[in-house]
Amino acid sequence: MDFFGDPAVWLPWAFASLMGLSILIYVVLDGFDLGVGLLMPLAQEDEKDGLVASIGPFWDANETWLVLAIGLLLVAFPPAHGVILTALYLPVFIMLVGLILRGVSFEMRAKAPIAQKPVWNAAFFAGSLMASLSQGFMLGMYVMGLTWTLPHVGFALLTAVFLTVGYSFIGAVWLIWKTGGELQKHAVRWAKGGMWGLILGIGSISLATPFVSTRIFDKWFSFPEIVYLSPLPILSGLLVVFLWVQLRRMPFENDRLSWTPFAAATALFTLAYCGMAYSFYPYVVPEKLTIYESASAAESLFIILLGTLFVLPAIIGYTVLSYYIFRGKATELRYD
Amino acid sequence: MDTLLLSRIQFGANISFHILFPTITIALGWMLLFFKLRFSATGDRKWMDAYMFWVKVFALSFAMGVVSGITMSFQFGTNWPGFMETVGNVAGPLLAYEIMTAFFLEAVFLGIMLFGASKVKSWVHTLATFLVAFGTTMSTFWIIVLNSWMHTPQGYELIDGVVHATNWFKIIFNPSMPYRFVHMMLASGLTVAFLIAGISALRMLWGDKGEDVKSALRVGIIAAAGLIPLQILAGDMHGLNTLEYQPAKVAAMEGNWETRSNVPLILFAIPDQENRTNHYEISIPNGASYILKHKAEGVVPGLNDFVAEDGTILHPRVSAVFFSFRIMIGTGVAMLLLSWAGVVMLRKYGAGHMPKLPLIAFSAMSFSGWIATLAGWYTTEIGRQPWLVQGVLSTKDAVSDVPAGMVLSTLIGYLVIYAALIIAYMGVITYLARKATRGEPLTSRQYPRGNTTDVPVLQPGE
Repeated sequence: MDFFGDPAVWLPWAFASLMGLSILIYVVLDGFDLGVGLLMPLAQEDEKDGLVASIGPFWDANETWLVLAIGLLLVAFPPAHGVILTALYLPVFIMLVGLILRGVSFEMRAKAPIAQKPVWNAAFFAGSLMASLSQGFMLGMYVMGLTWTLPHVGFALLTAVFLTVGYSFIGAVWLIWKTGGELQKHAVRWAKGGMWGLILGIGSISLATPFVSTRIFDKWFSFPEIVYLSPLPILSGLLVVFLWVQLRRMPFENDRLSWTPFAAATALFTLAYCGMAYSFYPYVVPEKLTIYESASAAESLFIILLGTLFVLPAIIGYTVLSYYIFRGKATELRYD
Repeated sequence: MDTLLLSRIQFGANISFHILFPTITIALGWMLLFFKLRFSATGDRKWMDAYMFWVKVFALSFAMGVVSGITMSFQFGTNWPGFMETVGNVAGPLLAYEIMTAFFLEAVFLGIMLFGASKVKSWVHTLATFLVAFGTTMSTFWIIVLNSWMHTPQGYELIDGVVHATNWFKIIFNPSMPYRFVHMMLASGLTVAFLIAGISALRMLWGDKGEDVKSALRVGIIAAAGLIPLQILAGDMHGLNTLEYQPAKVAAMEGNWETRSNVPLILFAIPDQENRTNHYEISIPNGASYILKHKAEGVVPGLNDFVAEDGTILHPRVSAVFFSFRIMIGTGVAMLLLSWAGVVMLRKYGAGHMPKLPLIAFSAMSFSGWIATLAGWYTTEIGRQPWLVQGVLSTKDAVSDVPAGMVLSTLIGYLVIYAALIIAYMGVITYLARKATRGEPLTSRQYPRGNTTDVPVLQPGE
């Protein structure tokens, strides 16, 4: 266990990284699922099936990354899991109800009598909206240190809106990739309309984070860190410009480069996420509990890590297989 | 009501809602694999029709199970932070292995199983079906391991009040795990057997004469009739295991107050915990002693042994355990009678000419597996109280300090949604059955046999 030095140091670090990776994968993958759900009311009646078909084979597995992320928090940092989730009791409840509604109406809308379909379409949207808003709210509260004061809640309400619009953006660029024809043109329009949420969301959190804590401020704005970190905002800015230029000209002939906005959006989410991870490390509960203080016993973590080393590559392997099988433009969802 | 009781009700409501759907998907996954393999072997269209109908039920149940399962993973933190803080070193790895070896497997291959039939070769699709069924079973295994460990913990040591794992083999293969796992797998098998038999019977009552319905009815009845004696045997052995490790639970199940010999088997009574006696008792002399000790003079533990000197009650609430247990047994007996009568009818009339009465009885029992499963879980889980982890962590020490009002309001929210979703779920299954009865095609494609590799291209507008 001590090949990399003290296991009480490297094991929590490894688990924090795994958990961080799971959250990032979840935010991107279920982000586009939720985003597609958010775009439902904007789509014409005959386009709604196309929207759902684009995420049909994937949403279930995408959601599993949330279970893994929360599971890793639960198993690797039990005290932090308790502190964070009891502080976020209400938004967690709203998110869970949203996820339940979203997942169930996904199945129901295709199987219930045709007359009920609008109801389940509405539930699909409402569920996606509740989940997105509450996740954005929790993000804001987390950045503010999980204390319920009026300004903090106000900030969290703002991030709730930004993340929701941000999700609708990544949903729209997913649709640009996975659909064609009129729907694709609409998706380009929706993506242009949703970009501001992404920019304001990343911008507001980037600005707010350093001012909540002097520790984070010093981590960013001292020399030479500021030089090492400068690629983060610069690259983000370039990606935003790229997306803006690209979306104004899309769609291209023969569907050329239709995957690029999604790739750029994913890169943007990743950069923003890395910035946050850098800010908060080594804390898992901001300014209160570090990953080292709240980690489970090294023996237990080691047992999990051992399994992870074998299982995670397999998970990634068959996830890639699934995306490969359902590559190309989304087709109608059929069981036969 | 206080936060503790409300949190218990909330967790009970969430996990009750959740278990309904895995109970269906665990065995239905294997049943779908059976249909698919029969089709590959015989090329008979009816097996594919049966597959196509039940895969819809599977997809719906799976989605319900996934979303309600996510709720569970958050509930540990929101309502029971003390659980992971005390036993996280054991529960954590078990939950992690469940997510990694089972959750992802089933979730990813579900996409291929449901929507990939026209995109991959037939054997890949069969393999995906197998992996989904295997994944749900693995998931059951890990969850049952953790749950059983909470009933019969071993392979750990306590350091400063926190559990540390010392022997993973002992943790995984703890004394009650094999019994509980077999009991749950059989429960799932019975639930699905009665669901398939019941819905098929309903379709026949509505006038469906399809070969797939007859075959499904036959498969359902035979599976039910074969599984129920196994379940009775497994349940009995599980009970003896409980007697050894959790005597207070067995005392509550039997409604036995004093430790003594010649204990009767109580068929009905109203236990009175205040006065520590039973009212309106109807019983079979020496019955409980025979079942638990296999002789009339067998000594059965009584509830009065589990009251501390100062009057603190260390056994579960008797009436809850007592009645849950009887509901489970009663449902099981009804299952035994109906399924065996069903086999006799099958031999006499054949699946195509079953009289109305047994068809009505089977339709009425479509969801009977749910009742037995829930009643069984209530017996074992309430029976563990006041412990959360037997002898290690009491339930009241694990609860969060969230205000009672917050727990109550979210509880009401959950209950409303769950009620609506169960109605919608049962409604959609009957709607699918009605639609299938009207003869609306389940598949318009010529399905390739298992050994052919060419996959027909979908026609536009199909």
